[in-house]
Amino acid sequence: MDTYALALRIRRHAVQMTHLGKSSHLGAVLSMADIVAVLYGAVLAKRPDEPKWPGRDRFVLSKGHAGAGVYAALAETGFFPVERLRGHCTNGSALCGHISHIDVPGAEFSTGSLGHGLPVASGMALAAKRDGKNHRVFVLLSDGECDEGSNWEAILFAAHHRLSNLVAIIDYNKIQSLGSVAETLALEPLTGKLKCFGWNVVEVDGHDHAQLASVLSIDPTNNELPTCVIAHTTKGKGVSFMENTVLWHYRSPQGEEYLRALNELEGKSLEG
Amino acid sequence: MSWRGSRLRDEFVRTLMEIARTDRRVMLITGDLGFGVLDKFAQEFPSQYINAGVAEQNMTGLAVGLALEGKIVFTYSIANFPTLRCLEQIRNDACYHQANVKIVAVGGGFAYGPLGISHHATEDLAVMRALPQITVLAPGDPMEVRAATHAIYATPGTCYLRLGRGGEPAVHSAQPKLEVGRATRILNGSEVTVLATGAILKNAFDACKALQARGKHPALYSVHTIKPLDVELLDQLARRFEVIITVEEHSVIGGLGSAVAEALSQMEQPRARLKMLGLCSGFSSVVGDQSYLREIYGLSAKHIESAAWDSYAKPSSGELKAV
Repeated sequence: MDTYALALRIRRHAVQMTHLGKSSHLGAVLSMADIVAVLYGAVLAKRPDEPKWPGRDRFVLSKGHAGAGVYAALAETGFFPVERLRGHCTNGSALCGHISHIDVPGAEFSTGSLGHGLPVASGMALAAKRDGKNHRVFVLLSDGECDEGSNWEAILFAAHHRLSNLVAIIDYNKIQSLGSVAETLALEPLTGKLKCFGWNVVEVDGHDHAQLASVLSIDPTNNELPTCVIAHTTKGKGVSFMENTVLWHYRSPQGEEYLRALNELEGKSLEG
Repeated sequence: MSWRGSRLRDEFVRTLMEIARTDRRVMLITGDLGFGVLDKFAQEFPSQYINAGVAEQNMTGLAVGLALEGKIVFTYSIANFPTLRCLEQIRNDACYHQANVKIVAVGGGFAYGPLGISHHATEDLAVMRALPQITVLAPGDPMEVRAATHAIYATPGTCYLRLGRGGEPAVHSAQPKLEVGRATRILNGSEVTVLATGAILKNAFDACKALQARGKHPALYSVHTIKPLDVELLDQLARRFEVIITVEEHSVIGGLGSAVAEALSQMEQPRARLKMLGLCSGFSSVVGDQSYLREIYGLSAKHIESAAWDSYAKPSSGELKAV
């Protein structure tokens, strides 16, 4: 699958979904769209017609507020009809603003409160280890989410138990809820911290699909440490006036802004 | 083996080992507590045991991840640590996903009385009961613990098991049949019925026995399942008895008494009045052993006997002893 084309579709769906549902967090979806596209388009072992296939790779979206991006990826890769996306955040829809698994084929786990995904993913990875299974467990976190202490409990745990089948991806766009990460609660040196905690740490350009595909294609049997992929990203990536702003963590695209955003994404290739 | 003086937590571990021996899906995760209690389990079932460290949020999330992969996971800690410390993980991760996670708290009520308010588990039933998609049990004696451990193992989804701690005496003389959601009758009686939950059951039992010696015959039930509550039984009791007395080593806000009050409020013209014995909302900055704290907060057998005796004589004022 052309992952750049998938990423573009995810972005366009996200703009339309947040427009129709008058919902927030578009900037967070645009930030991670390439990561999600590479996962669903090239990395995850999956069977869309058998969502609970035991051999699938698990993917937990811990930054649940960006659920629209995963719903779009699931629809585009055949888990459910693309038309369902129009219901996102509207009355009676199962497509909640924060990702929910109920009646959403392929949604592995429901989140929304930050700091929940990594402990759960660690449990999934430990189960696979103890049962001798070779599937992998991926979990995608936001950078602001790394403020949550529960993540650091899990970071200790995963290293101690050498969960080499676990890959935590941090969508490091440097902006969190009310401002920059650096000004809010500094994470740096993030790579150093995670290495000190006993993780294999890789930094990549989170919009470069070749780099992402390379680092995410881990062999769980050929490693002794859990892996953290620090993906340097741009919040709001792909829509010029949404890039690197706090505003588009919250604002719903309406009117002229909606049309401009769609226009910028129309037929555009974000490669390179 | 004598049941007398068997500790509730020991009975839990003994029973869980029997289950773990036959079902390798069963796992036990401790939050670094259970000194001298979990050793045998850890030695016999190393692949089914984890000490997650002093990290209850991760312990609970981890349990959910394991459960979603087919394990039946018991999380274990004391007092409020496996519940309040990781409440959101229980709500969002375990309950919403109907994960097979069984939360076990040792030291319900004032079992860790001398250790102070951090270790007084006096609101846990209220908080756990308020969550959707959870089963809440508080067995009253070692035999009920044994049955309750089997019951939560067999009950799909998330369960909470509140245990006492040390030297709890037996109430049942033979292993009772325990059905989740069905209170267990211990004494037949008339006019007044006593409903007790958790390890305070023995005090309620002793109170009823003392009343028998004085010519009164209250009924006694162990309400080992707080959620789902045995509403069918309550419906019968509310019609048959004059007074229902609830007894719990827990705040009267949200616990057994509240649950019964909620059920009675939905009944048309219940005959019975409700009298709640428990703790008013507050902290006990005064410490002491369990029997001391039960005494000063009105939960001794003598207090229960007195409250029941008064119920035979006259309508209750409904006053609660403040903590």
